[in-house]
Amino acid sequence: MKLSILHELNAERAARRPVILVTDTESGEQRLVKAADFAKDPLRTELDKQLRMGKSANVEAGGKKLFLNVYAPTAKLVIIGAVHISQALAPLARSLGYDVTVVDPRTAFASPERFPDIPLVAEWPETALPPLNVDAYTAFVAVTHDPKIDDPALLHAFERNCFYIGALGSRKTHAKRADRLRAQGAKESDIARIHAPIGLAIGAVSPSEIAVAIMAEITAVLRLPPKEKEEAA
Amino acid sequence: MLDRDEDILKAAEDWQKAGRGVALATVVETWGSAPRPAGSSLVINDEGTFLGSVSGGCVEGAVVTEAMDVIESGKPKMLEFGVADETAWNVGLSCGGTIRVFVEKVG
Repeated sequence: MKLSILHELNAERAARRPVILVTDTESGEQRLVKAADFAKDPLRTELDKQLRMGKSANVEAGGKKLFLNVYAPTAKLVIIGAVHISQALAPLARSLGYDVTVVDPRTAFASPERFPDIPLVAEWPETALPPLNVDAYTAFVAVTHDPKIDDPALLHAFERNCFYIGALGSRKTHAKRADRLRAQGAKESDIARIHAPIGLAIGAVSPSEIAVAIMAEITAVLRLPPKEKEEAA
Repeated sequence: MLDRDEDILKAAEDWQKAGRGVALATVVETWGSAPRPAGSSLVINDEGTFLGSVSGGCVEGAVVTEAMDVIESGKPKMLEFGVADETAWNVGLSCGGTIRVFVEKVG
């Protein structure tokens, strides 16, 4: 591997931008493709698929045997609200490989006793979120039921283009939330990105089951191709 | 995307910049119950120091030996390990899998 490629690969990884290293395993020839450049690449279908699955793979193209090594950032999950659902959601998400952070300004909720080993930020979203580097590889869920906490957090998630944004609440609650966000200048296209009611419809009742529904929905958004994603949601 | 060995490629770059000969070994294909998935890698320097893993310990020794040759020659190599390939290699994967490992020089 040329040092220039290695250097670029490390820079992209440090910036949490996904890349795929394409290696001709016979000649040793290599090139690095940034996710932003997939669309114009001759291997775009394969690149898209492997990145979506987060899996490295071999492909044959133009008579060459190519190894596609996928370097995708570790996904993050930011949970707004240190509530009962979050107590089940945080460890579940962690077991699925996510870096989890729980944000709730209410110190009675955001206590280490309730969230052993989970990073907690007991601050308002305006203070808590900027240092968390919320990005396109972040799933973002707002579950406090309190507009003072959830709304500013959701506006931040829009701005950072999170791959998944979900908010707890019935359709009625969500309609009111949409009105409030609109009044605060949120775009329709952003409001439409919120998954609400949150989670796949699996009839979840208990906090743990709701956590499963939420992680199932996040997984679908992360892994399924766009068309199937719509069908699942 | 999850659970990657985060510091291996950084070590490869740091070692190379410090003037060491460096090789990178990457699992490019697996069959059967191979212990580490495709994309797993191991970085080796010319002192024989290595970081990371391509098999969870079964074949690292052989990979390191081959990597020394690659650092010397600069030519990449494809290695294959597994119980199905006893003639080529004495080291096998106890778990019954087969892996192909691409070894290349860095720099």
